Amino acid sequence: MKPANSVLLLTTLTGFGYGLLAWLGAFAALGVLPHRVWLVPICMVLALGLASAGLLASTLHLGRPERAWRAFSQWRSSWLSREGVAAVLTYLPALGFAGLWWWVGPDAGITRMMGLFAALAGLGTVYCTAMIYASLKPIRQWHNQHTAPDYLIYALFSGGLLLAAALALVSAPLALAASLALASTLIAGLAKLAYWRFIDRQTPLTTLASATGLAAFGTVTTLDQPHFTENYILREMGYQIARKHAAKLRRLVLLVGFAAPALLLVLALAGLVPGFATVLAVIFAAIGLFGERWLFFAEATHVAALYYGRPS
Amino acid sequence: MPKDSIEYDTPIGDQVAYTTCYMCACRCGIKVHLNDGKLRYIEGNRDHPVNRGVLCAKGSAGIMTALSPARLRKPLKRVGPRGAGEFVEIEWDEAMEIATSRLAHIRATNPNKLALFTGRDQSQSLTGYFAQMFGTMNFAAHGGFCSVNMAAAGLYSMGGAFWEFGEPDWDHAKLFLLFGVAEDHDSNPMKLGLAKLKERGAKIITINPVRTGYSAIADEFVGITPGTDGLFVLSLIHCLLEAGKIDTEFLVRYTNAHHLVIDAPGAPDHGLIARNKEGQPLAFDRTRRDVVSATAIDIDPALLGHFTLPDGRIAQPSFALLAARYTDPAFAPEQVAARCGIEAATIRRIAEEIAEIAFNQAISIDQPWTDSAGRAHKTMTGRPVAMHAMRGISAHSNGFHTCRAIHLLQMLLGAVDTPGSWRYKSPYPKSIPAGPPPGGAKRNENGSLTSAPLGFPTGPDDLLVDDQGEALRLDRAFSWAAPLGIHGLMHMAIAEAHAAGPEKIDTLFLFMANMAWNSAMNPSETTRMLTDQDADGQYRIPFVIYADAFFSETVPYADLVLPDTTYLERHDCISLLDRPIGSAHGPADAIRAPVLVPDRDVRPFQDVLIDLAGRLRLPNFVDQQGQKLYSSYADYMVRHERKPGLGPLAGFRGAAGDVPGRGAPNPEQLNKYIENHGFWQYHLPAEQLYYKHHNQAYLQTAKAMGFIDSDAPITLNLYSEILQKFRLAGEGHGTRVPPERLRASIVRFMDPLPIWYPPVEEALSDPVAFPLHAITQRPMAMYHSWGSQNAWLRQILSENRLYLHRSLAAKHGLVDEDWVQVTSRNGTLKCQVRLMDGLNPNTVWTWNAIGKRAGAWALAKDAPEARRGFLLNHLISEYLPASEAGHRASNSDPVTGQAAWFDLTVRLEKCAADTNPETEPSMPDLEAPFSLNHPIILRHGAPEPTA
Amino acid sequence: MTSLPQPLPGATKLGLVIDLDTCVGCHACAVNCKEWNTGGHHAPLPDHQPYGAEPDGVWFNRIHSYEAEAPGCGGRTVNFPRSCLHCEQPQCVTVCPTGASYKRAEDGIVLINTDICIGCKLCSWACPYGAREFDEDAGVMKKCTLCIDRIYNTALPEAEREPACVATCPSRARHFGDLGDPDSAVSKLVAARGGVELMPELGYRPTNRYLPPRKAQIATPPRETPMRAGTGVGSALLSLLDKVLSR
Repeated sequence: MKPANSVLLLTTLTGFGYGLLAWLGAFAALGVLPHRVWLVPICMVLALGLASAGLLASTLHLGRPERAWRAFSQWRSSWLSREGVAAVLTYLPALGFAGLWWWVGPDAGITRMMGLFAALAGLGTVYCTAMIYASLKPIRQWHNQHTAPDYLIYALFSGGLLLAAALALVSAPLALAASLALASTLIAGLAKLAYWRFIDRQTPLTTLASATGLAAFGTVTTLDQPHFTENYILREMGYQIARKHAAKLRRLVLLVGFAAPALLLVLALAGLVPGFATVLAVIFAAIGLFGERWLFFAEATHVAALYYGRPS
Repeated sequence: MPKDSIEYDTPIGDQVAYTTCYMCACRCGIKVHLNDGKLRYIEGNRDHPVNRGVLCAKGSAGIMTALSPARLRKPLKRVGPRGAGEFVEIEWDEAMEIATSRLAHIRATNPNKLALFTGRDQSQSLTGYFAQMFGTMNFAAHGGFCSVNMAAAGLYSMGGAFWEFGEPDWDHAKLFLLFGVAEDHDSNPMKLGLAKLKERGAKIITINPVRTGYSAIADEFVGITPGTDGLFVLSLIHCLLEAGKIDTEFLVRYTNAHHLVIDAPGAPDHGLIARNKEGQPLAFDRTRRDVVSATAIDIDPALLGHFTLPDGRIAQPSFALLAARYTDPAFAPEQVAARCGIEAATIRRIAEEIAEIAFNQAISIDQPWTDSAGRAHKTMTGRPVAMHAMRGISAHSNGFHTCRAIHLLQMLLGAVDTPGSWRYKSPYPKSIPAGPPPGGAKRNENGSLTSAPLGFPTGPDDLLVDDQGEALRLDRAFSWAAPLGIHGLMHMAIAEAHAAGPEKIDTLFLFMANMAWNSAMNPSETTRMLTDQDADGQYRIPFVIYADAFFSETVPYADLVLPDTTYLERHDCISLLDRPIGSAHGPADAIRAPVLVPDRDVRPFQDVLIDLAGRLRLPNFVDQQGQKLYSSYADYMVRHERKPGLGPLAGFRGAAGDVPGRGAPNPEQLNKYIENHGFWQYHLPAEQLYYKHHNQAYLQTAKAMGFIDSDAPITLNLYSEILQKFRLAGEGHGTRVPPERLRASIVRFMDPLPIWYPPVEEALSDPVAFPLHAITQRPMAMYHSWGSQNAWLRQILSENRLYLHRSLAAKHGLVDEDWVQVTSRNGTLKCQVRLMDGLNPNTVWTWNAIGKRAGAWALAKDAPEARRGFLLNHLISEYLPASEAGHRASNSDPVTGQAAWFDLTVRLEKCAADTNPETEPSMPDLEAPFSLNHPIILRHGAPEPTA
Repeated sequence: MTSLPQPLPGATKLGLVIDLDTCVGCHACAVNCKEWNTGGHHAPLPDHQPYGAEPDGVWFNRIHSYEAEAPGCGGRTVNFPRSCLHCEQPQCVTVCPTGASYKRAEDGIVLINTDICIGCKLCSWACPYGAREFDEDAGVMKKCTLCIDRIYNTALPEAEREPACVATCPSRARHFGDLGDPDSAVSKLVAARGGVELMPELGYRPTNRYLPPRKAQIATPPRETPMRAGTGVGSALLSLLDKVLSR
C-alpha cells in the first residue's frame, strides 16, 4: 500500500494526541497526576492539538475535502465514519476534563470521572482508526489480530512519552510516568517485533490462481497487463518495497523508535537531564513511529495487485 | 441523504447515423450517436452482415481517432529540405494546380513516370481505374506486403481465397484448423465464428508459433517453427494418402485431379494438360477404357496410370503426380518433425483426427440442389473440417506454395464449399484466372491502358517484361521475379524508385501508406532514399505527393501533402468491384456516408482523385466536351458504370431501386443505402449456399449479377497448369523466357504442385550467427488501425516488448523487462523482453507498429511509443543479399512478390545493466507541421456546464 | 446507506458471466465500456496525459492475460477481463463513511453516488478485485455501473438494454442476466459450465461468475487400419483408387 503522508500523519499524530489524553485521564482518575492547575489544560492543548492536526492532515487525503462532514453519517457500518464520530465526541470529555480540572479541581470526583471518560474516548478513537485497517480483508498485513492492539499500544507508548516529557519539563515527579512510558516502549517494541514475525510467516490466503479461478489449470503467471502505464490501483495498492530495503528500515525503526527512547527514559529515571532526555525520547519516538507507520503501509500488500503479477 | 440520481429514460444522443467503420479493414457496420453535433457513442449495427452488432476495441475507439490531434488541417507544400518537415500551408486551388500540372506533363510524355501506390485504402477499384485511365502501369495497393500469397494461391487454386474471400462454415464445422492467425482482417466475423464453434464443442487446432489471440482459445496449440507450415501440411497429406483417406469422388467431380498431364520430359508440352480439339481437358475413362473429355459426366476417370493419347503422347492423371510426390517418405511425419518443431506422433494424430471428422463424421443437409452438369442431388454432403490461414503463412517467401498446400489438403478431403468446411464468400468463386491479365503493355488511343494495371497472368505472354525479360513495372511485379505479383510489390516502390530501376519515375503518389515507417522494411534506409540527391542536387525521387488524414512518419518526406478526412467525414463504397464484404450467405456491399462535417480544410482523397482526373481530362472521368463527369465520389459511386449495369454499388439498382447486382444506375441509390442502414445484402436461396463452384443455380445467379462472365463450372486446380507454363519457359521453351539468372529459380518455384522450401532469406542466413526466428503480430486492439494517436487505444499498448520463451530467456540469463540487443544480417536494435511459455522456443516476436518516431502522430516527444516502443522493421531489408554478379533480389516470395516479413532470423545479446533505458535505433525527432495543443486531461463526454 | 440491504431469498442479482474459454483478449469490452461510460452515469472518465509520456485514464474494465501451465497437459493463454463483480457482501460499501457507496436492494447493483463521495479511497482498499477507479480530476471514486443507464433505459429498444461490454463482445464471451434466478439463462450457463467465483476465500460472494476454459476432444473410435508408419504404405490408397468413380 502506498504510504501517503497524510495518512501517516493522521495515525501517528492522533496516536500521540490520544495517547497523551489517555494517560492524562487515567492518571487524573487514579489521582496520581501532580496537582498543578495548568498542567491538564496545557497538556490538553497539546493532546487535542496533535490529534486535531492528525485529523486535519487526513483530510488532505480526500479527493473532496469540502465534503468531509459527510463522513459522520455511516457510523453503523463504517469504521472510518466511527473514527470521525469518535474523534468529535472525544472533544467533549477532553475539554470537560480540562475545564473541570481548572475550575472544580483535580480531586473532584467529577473531574476524575471525566478524566476516565476522556481517556476511554481517546483510546476509542484510536481503536476506530485501527479497525479501519484491521477490517480490510484484502490486506493480510492489516487484517489480523495484531493491528488493533498494536495501534493502542503505540498510542499509549507515544502518549506516555509525551506525558513523561511534560512532567519532566515542569519538574514534576517523573518516576511513575517515566516507568510506565518505559514499560510501554518495551511492550511496543516487542509488539512490533511480533507483528513483523507474524507477517513474515503468514501464508497468503489468496493467490493469483484463486484470484483468476484458474487453480485447476496449473501454475498461473502473468503475460500481459491491461495497460502499460501505472494506474490508480497500482499506484495506490501495488506499492512494492524491496525486502533488503525493508529489513534495513525495520532495524532503523527499532533503534530510533524504541531502543533510543527506552535508553533515554532510563537516563531520565536515573535523574540525568530528565527534561532533555524525555523530549529527545519524544522526538526519536516520533521519527521512529513515522517510519514504523511508513513500513506498516509499504509492507502491506493488497490482493488486487495479484492481478498485475505483484506479490500479495 | 441526497439520493443518487440515475437517468432511466435519456436517449443516447439526439441524432443517429449509420455508416461503415474504418478503424481497420474489417468494415463493420456502425451506428453513430451524436449529441449536439458531437460524437457521443459508436456501437455495432445489429443488422449488419459483417459484425451483427458487435464492435471491437478499435471501432469503439473511433471517437478518439475522429478527434485525433494528429489530423492534418490544410494542404502543405514543402519549403525546407525533404524530410525536415518544413512546410507552408497552401490553399486547395494551389495544391490541385501543382498536382495537375505535374501529372499533366507526365501523362503527355510518359505516363509510367507516375507511380501511384495506395496503402490500406478500400477504394482500389477507383484508384486502379484512375491509374488505368491515366495510362500508368505503376500502380498497386498494399496487398503485396500483406496478403498476396493468400489471394494468389487461393484464386489460382480454387477461384477464392482465405483472406476475406472465404470463411469457415461456423455453423457446421467440427474441426477447425487455424494456420498463422492470431487476429485477422475479418476480425469480428472470425470472433463471432469462433464463439459459434466453441458453443457447439467443435475442436480448434491452432498452428502458430505464438499462443495469443485466437490461438489462446484453441483446444490444441501446435507451436510450429515459422516458415514450416507447408511442410507440416504436406506431411498431413502424406498421412492421409498413405491411409487412403481422401475424397476421390470430390476430386474427380470438382477438381482437375483426373485431367491427363502430358508426360514428355524436356518437351515444350511436358506437364501441360492434354486437351482435345475443343480445348477440353482429357481424362481416361476406366469403363470405356478410352481417353475422353474430362468434363464429361458419368465417366469413371482413372487417377493413376500412364495412358497413351490419340496423338500418341503419353499422359497421366495429375493426381498420379501428386500421389507420387507426397507419398514419398521425405514427407513422413518422422522426417519433418524436427524441422517443424512438432512431434511426429502429433502430426499423425492430427491427420487421424482430420480423417475421422471428414470421413466418419461427415454431415448431410437435407437440401436438394442441382450441379452444373444438371444432375439433381437430394442432399448436400459435407466434410466438416474447416481451415483458415493468413498472415503467418502469407508473410514467408514460401507462402504461396504453403497456402497452395493447404488448399490441396482441403481439396483432397473434399472440404471446399461443403457443409462444415471452408466456404466461398459471394461474389466468390471466380473463374481461374479470376480476371484479365495485367494492363501496361498496350495503351488505347486515348492514352488509357487496355486493362487494369493489376491483373491475372496465365502464362509468360502476360508478363510485363521487355525483350531481355526484365521488368517493365517499377516494383517488378509481373516480371520473372514475381510472375504472379497480382497485388504489386509496394514494399519495393521506394527502393526501386530510388534505384531508378526499370525506368526513372518522376512522381511518387502515395495514399494512406506509412512508407517511411512501419510499412517500410528498413525505415532508416527508406528515409535516406527518400531524401537522397543526385550529383546535381536533384532528389533521386523527383517528386512525392502524399495523401493522408494524419501526421504520420511519412508526411515529412512529401513535397505536396493532400490532407484527407477521417472515416466519419466522407463517402466511401465497400464495393464488389474491390474488396467485398459478402459472406457465404450472399453478396453484400456497403457505403460510408459522412456523419461529421470536417472542421479543417481537408477533402476526402477520393473526391480529390476524381477532381484530379477531371482536371487531367482522363477518359471516362470527363465527357466528350471535356467536362467533368462526376462532381464527387458520392456522385461517382452512383453513376459510374464499369460495364453496362455494373457500378461500384450492387444494391438498389435500376430506376426503381429494386434490381440487385446488375442494373441501370439509380439516382436515389445512396438514399436507399442510408435507409437500409448503410449496406445492401442479397440472401442466396438455400439451394445455392454450398458447392458454389459447381452449383448451377448459384453460378447462374452470379453471372446474372455480373460476378462472373460465364456460368460454367469452376474446376478447382489441384494441379496448376498456369504455373507449369512459366516453368516450361524457365526450361527455355517458348518465345518469352526468363533472363539467365532467373531460369533456375523459375523452374524451381513455378512448380504446378505445392512444394516446400526453407524461407529464402533464412536459407541465405547463417543459422549459427542468427539462430532465432523473429516475427511480428498486430495486436487485436490495434490491428490495421492507426492506434497510437488514439487516446484510448494507446493506453492499452503504448510500448512493446520482445517476447521470448522461458527456456530461451534462461539460456541468456534474462528476466522480464531486461534489455537486449537483437541483431540480424541487416542491423541491430535494442529493446526490452518479456517471457512466456506459449511460444515456439526458437522464435521471438513482438507487436508490430507500436514503436513510433518521436514527434510523429502528434504525440509528445517523450511518449513511450518513441522511447520504449520499437519496430522490428529495422532488422529487415527489402533486398536479399546481392548475388555474386551483384544483383539484388527483393526479399519476397519468388512467385507472387509477397514481402517476406517473417523470414527474418536474429540473435540476442543481453545488454549491460547500465544501458540507457531507451529503445534503439532512434531516428531524429519530427516536428508536426501545425501547432500542438494537447489537453493535459481529456474529459470526453463531460456534461456541458448548464447555463 | 452503506449498510447492506437485507438479502431476500430469490431476490434479483444482476451480474455478468464471463467466458474465459472464448475470450480472445481483444479489449472490445473495455473500450466500448469506456466509450459508453465516459458519457454515461459517471461521465466523464478522464484521461490524463492522453498524448503524453504517461497516458492514464479511468477504465471500468481492464483486460489481463495470463498463462496457466500444468506439466504434461500443455498450457493455455487465458485472457481475463476484470471489472466490478457486484458482490453480495461488498466491503467497499460497508466501509464507505458517507453512504456514497451503496448496494441496491432491487437488483444488487453496487453503485457510487459521486455527489456525496468525499474521495477517501477506502472503498478501493476494501475491494479485493481492484475494480474501483479513482477519478483524480473530480476527486471522487467511480466504477462499473453494470450500465445502469442502459439496462433500464426506456429510450432504448428492448434488445439493446444490456451492458455495453456484453453488447459489443465479438466472441460472445460476456453474458448478462439475473444470477439470483436459478432458471435464468446465465444461471443455467454457470451451472452447466462450472462457473467460479473469484477469491471465494475472502467471502465477498461476488455475483459475477467466470466460466473456466474447456478443452474439446475428438473421440476417435478405433480404426481397422490405424494411420501408423509402416503399415501397408500405399495399399490403402491403391484400394481406394481401385473403386469405381462416377464423375
